[in-house]
Amino acid sequence: MNWLIEFFGTAANWSGPSGIPARLLEHVEFSAVALLLSMIIAIPLGLFIGHTGRGGVVVVVAANAARALPTLGLVVLIVLLVGVGSTWPVLAPLIALAVPPILVNTYEGIRGVERDLRDAAYGMGLRGGQVLLKVLVPVALPLILLGLRIAAIQVVATATVAAYVGLGGLGRYIIDGLATKDFPSTLGGAVLVVALALLVQLGFAVLQRAVVSPGVSRRVKSR
Amino acid sequence: MITFEGVTKRYGDGTVAVDNLSLQVPTGAVTVFVGPSGCGKTTSLRMINRMIDPSEGRILLDDRDVRAIDPPTLRRGIGYVIQQSGLFPHRKIVDNVATVPYLLGWDKKKARARAMELLERVGLDPALAGRYPFQLSGGQQQRVGVARALAADPPVLLMDEPFSAVDPVVRASLQEELLRLQAELQKTIVFVTHDIDEAIKLGDTVAVLRVGGHLAQIADPATLLAEPADDFVAGFLGKDRGIRRLSFIPASKLRLSTGREVPGWSVALDEDDRPIGWRASGDGDGPLRPFGVFDPAQDSLRAALDAALLAPSGCAIAVDPGGRFAGVVTRETLDEALGRASGEALDPARSAAHARPAAGGDPDAGQAAG
Amino acid sequence: MNDTEPLVRWDWIGRHIPDITERLLDHVIMALVPVLLGLLIALPLGLASARWRGLYQPTVGVMNIVYSLPSLAVFIVLIPVTGLAERTTVIIPLTFYTLAVLVPAVVDGLESVPDHVRQSAVAMGFGPTRRLLRVDMPIAVPVVLAGLRVATVSSISLVSVGALIGRGGLGYYFIDGWQRQFYTPIIVGIVLVMVLAVLADGVLILAQRLLTPWARARRTS
Ligand SMILES: Nc1ncnc2c1ncn2[C@@H]1O[C@H](COP(=O)(O)OP(=O)(O)O)[C@@H](O)[C@H]1O
Ligand SMILES: [Mg+2]
Repeated sequence: MNWLIEFFGTAANWSGPSGIPARLLEHVEFSAVALLLSMIIAIPLGLFIGHTGRGGVVVVVAANAARALPTLGLVVLIVLLVGVGSTWPVLAPLIALAVPPILVNTYEGIRGVERDLRDAAYGMGLRGGQVLLKVLVPVALPLILLGLRIAAIQVVATATVAAYVGLGGLGRYIIDGLATKDFPSTLGGAVLVVALALLVQLGFAVLQRAVVSPGVSRRVKSR
Repeated sequence: MITFEGVTKRYGDGTVAVDNLSLQVPTGAVTVFVGPSGCGKTTSLRMINRMIDPSEGRILLDDRDVRAIDPPTLRRGIGYVIQQSGLFPHRKIVDNVATVPYLLGWDKKKARARAMELLERVGLDPALAGRYPFQLSGGQQQRVGVARALAADPPVLLMDEPFSAVDPVVRASLQEELLRLQAELQKTIVFVTHDIDEAIKLGDTVAVLRVGGHLAQIADPATLLAEPADDFVAGFLGKDRGIRRLSFIPASKLRLSTGREVPGWSVALDEDDRPIGWRASGDGDGPLRPFGVFDPAQDSLRAALDAALLAPSGCAIAVDPGGRFAGVVTRETLDEALGRASGEALDPARSAAHARPAAGGDPDAGQAAG
Repeated sequence: MNDTEPLVRWDWIGRHIPDITERLLDHVIMALVPVLLGLLIALPLGLASARWRGLYQPTVGVMNIVYSLPSLAVFIVLIPVTGLAERTTVIIPLTFYTLAVLVPAVVDGLESVPDHVRQSAVAMGFGPTRRLLRVDMPIAVPVVLAGLRVATVSSISLVSVGALIGRGGLGYYFIDGWQRQFYTPIIVGIVLVMVLAVLADGVLILAQRLLTPWARARRTS
């Protein structure tokens, strides 16, 4: 407790480029960019594979491999291979770890939509793209969001680890604190990371309520 | 009119689902495809709206080869109803019904107004419009499915076992509702079922298919019952064909005796002339005994026979559409009519104009094919 | 970084076999103890949540939150309690991650028992406990094992993060390789972690076949 008071109570920790607000912003920024890029790669691919049914095996293998990949090893290897110096190489492992859960859940979500529903949609005269966007996506949305949530959590965690190879963000307090035996700073950083992870979780819960149709989540006020 | 010309469907794995099928689906009438599971009914139906394309042969919709029409455009002009209703779970009922109007670019207000009108048409409480599909019972969902198929007023309706997943009581009421709607709208309907009783109840024409996608027989229900083409069709039709056939012979030709008296019994009436029972002759205040009535203008010979079998006198009481006493049919008259029915080959012209089995009065409703 | 450095120096590997073996063993212990502990706790917890429905939502909610916590942060928070560079500091959080995967799996597995099966068990005179153990549990096995596979593989890969607090099994080689700008240990670490994961997964798939012979019979028929 004292350590925490020491860390959060120090005025210097609240301003400047290594202050809490700046570090928090950095962390959120990296995570958001990595998540966004992962979505741009994984969602269209997952939609395509789920809709056409081609390449499903690849998705499942990729997902299993990604779960077995040690994050720290991947981060270190990629940055060593590509070179330090800029932030962008560090985004690569973040994206590599965020793509599989989005891809798998999008794919499973689309593929899992009942056959009858797909048939009915085509039978009504919707075109392929309309079937996908107006029927399959809304019905698969809970799973797609689950994939995004897992990816976001993964990204926030990996960004913390990536401070080890020079990425800014909240992980800096942990890594630098461990190096200089400044335990208050390490612990403070850890608490901030936990808080951020919880916020992300909360954010997704809110998002889920806002965008998933009550007809799909079966959550309706009256009756 | 929908015409199948030598249509064959072979799936990728070599299964021949439909084999050289040629038949005509007349405009404004209900044509039922019936047969055991896996005989190619669904495949045949889906070739009409191009959910599946035939391997050989062609299908004409009012003399146009359906393959010349872009599938989505074709489908927007053909209503489609499937077994589990296939409603979109993420959309409210009213928006589900308005699906095709939206696709056709109607403005939202008009499409919704149309949807509300249809909900009422298929016998649903308009208050359900704002609900989601999961909040409705199976029978209600199926009604919404029918409303959705009718939304853009398509001339053709394809129905694939639409009532198979609901319980027998609800199924019977959905069938009645469909007959009532069809009397109003006169759509060209192709209806698929594995239930022969449903086929006979709903079909103006019934096409019996056998496994392997062969057409075994196509005929109106009365002919089918009277003259099954082979043992397969006869077996599929099940028991009691003779009695069930009587449903398709009108009772209007029965000779009525206008008096209330028959040997041993007399018809008791209330002050409005409606029958209330049979009484033994000369027993003025004696107990009322059970009775049965039929309406010669609407009912079939089967209804008349049923009315006779219910009564201790063995005679059927005829009533007018208002339920007032119109006469009595004696056992001898019935005997003659039954003799004619079994003796003559069925006259197609007469049976085409048949009275439908009385609404709700079909004791076989829901009974599985034998 | 270093263009002349080859990705793998085989002689380095040859010279470090004993060291690699030792770290591999440490890694396996830190990865598997949490899975075993997690399974032992998840079974009663899952059974309880399946039996008393009121427990289900809160349990799964808490598990969801636990699952979302970054491992490095949790290791750090535990250091004052269990110490730096200690096995326990790694094992405790990984146990919680295992729980987060397994408790919902146990509940879902028990839910997957068809109603008619449950009712016919009751009709045959099984008491609630015996029914749970003899009827419900075997049917839940495939779902629980699927969860166990996810938990095991994740646990094996997560141990290496512990290297940042001085105890990461094979994760040590990531730090070592980074500090010396030397690829070989990093690649050895990644490959061994993934091989471990695949092996463990294979064993669990085998276990699933042995424990649910009826599923295999259905697959082949
Ligand atoms: N996509 C398909 N690929 C291969 N065979 C199919 C396919 N769809 C249906 N079949 C086969 O074609 C036959 C007819 O199927 P279907 O038209 O669905 O029959 P029904 O609707 O009368 O039950 C069956 O033997 C079925 O197994
Ligand atoms: Mg079918």
